[in-house]
Amino acid sequence: MLPELSHEEILRYSRHLLIPEVGLEGQKKLKAASVLVIGTGGLGSPVALYLAAAGVGRIGLVDYDVVDSSNLQRQVIHGTSGLGVLKVESARQRMLDLNPGIQVEVYNEPFTSENALRIAESYDILIDGTDNFPTRYLVNDVCVLTGKANVYGSIYRFDGQVSVFDARSGPCYRCLFPEPPPPGLVPSCAEGGVLGVLPGTIGTLQATEALKLILGIGEPMIGRLMLYNALDMSFEFVKLRKNPRCKICGPEPEITQLIDYEAFCGVPGHDHEEGTVGSGWDITALELAEQIKNNKPVHLLDVREPHELEISRIDAAQLIPLGQLASRLSELDTAQEMVVFCKAGTRSARALELLLSAGFRKVKNLKGGINAWAREVDPSLPIY
Amino acid sequence: MPAIRIPTPLRSYTAGQSEINVEGQNVGQAMDSLVKLHPSLRPHLYNTTGQLRPFVNLFLNEDNIKDLQGLETPLQESDRLMLIPSIAGG
Repeated sequence: MLPELSHEEILRYSRHLLIPEVGLEGQKKLKAASVLVIGTGGLGSPVALYLAAAGVGRIGLVDYDVVDSSNLQRQVIHGTSGLGVLKVESARQRMLDLNPGIQVEVYNEPFTSENALRIAESYDILIDGTDNFPTRYLVNDVCVLTGKANVYGSIYRFDGQVSVFDARSGPCYRCLFPEPPPPGLVPSCAEGGVLGVLPGTIGTLQATEALKLILGIGEPMIGRLMLYNALDMSFEFVKLRKNPRCKICGPEPEITQLIDYEAFCGVPGHDHEEGTVGSGWDITALELAEQIKNNKPVHLLDVREPHELEISRIDAAQLIPLGQLASRLSELDTAQEMVVFCKAGTRSARALELLLSAGFRKVKNLKGGINAWAREVDPSLPIY
Repeated sequence: MPAIRIPTPLRSYTAGQSEINVEGQNVGQAMDSLVKLHPSLRPHLYNTTGQLRPFVNLFLNEDNIKDLQGLETPLQESDRLMLIPSIAGG
């Protein structure tokens, strides 16, 4: 039995009720529906806003982060007044302001193998708005194992992808991507950047697909992948088929319960730059400043991209972008003490691994990168 | 000449080019032609034993080559191959 709509709701949703494909019946379906949005960042922002506006009766939000000013270039559900506030709380307030007639349930915790089944259990549809590979495989596996649709969206710089993975009637995420790329090969948005409006485009398409699934109208994107490029303004579609050897949705699945996704992907389940290598290979900005002050010779190696020098630079540093490092090792001296840095320490940690494997031993990674240097040593530099 | 579309994350290895004309009678030859033109792409597409990496998805027009004849899939002059990257940003 679908819930009834009040007079107030009929007025609020009148533009939906006028569309025959939605109508009163459809709006009641939306009111009865439940959707879990995993991640309230770039993709989660438009998804959560539009689902709330559309009158989806129960929306769950999963995130464990707080609003940071570097989020606001794209995460439009949050605002400057919410800086430092839990993202799920900031998002809930905005959604309830937009539509007080819905229920917003928040989970201020990372989505993990331990809590995912419990959190997802009471929702009809999951929307993948996460920012990292481990959580994407987790969302997929939860959906396959529990028989739910996974409305997938993913972004990088100017590129976006959208699909609906539903293993009950089509392929799953693992059918397309059986394995994640090796750690470090695909930069995250925190490292590589993203055009702020891109998650708006992709997130609204995810919200559209979720509404279509709830209403049972149109052609859902099951078995199709859309590829968007903002620079070319191209939307391309390819066909996806179920992989008969898929390890989770194939006829002989190897994966029958949730696994350790961080171990599977070899990277952490978040897109925060940690910028440490550990085991004595790190140096803090203050320690480096002390060395320089004591005239201890140290060669500074900046592994960022050339355009980042316009934002902030340490004049004495040599620039070799990470992508060129392997082919330019001959420019470096193994006998010299060297400190490698990037923006926040992720790329330099990778550079350090490369240098160590090439036989360099007198190398250290600047913990927290040039941003830490700006914070702790040279406040004349901006943090980005 | 068949063309291969290069996704943004790999364009830094093709001097920014988004589409590259290649030679070859089949997909494998076209890919060989691509990495000959842009050798720094090779480690991103092939593993050390010369196999395409499992996360590399190559589509011929609308179809995954895994659903066709893999690297043996024959190519027409007007065909377009598309490399589809794994991206995870959100």
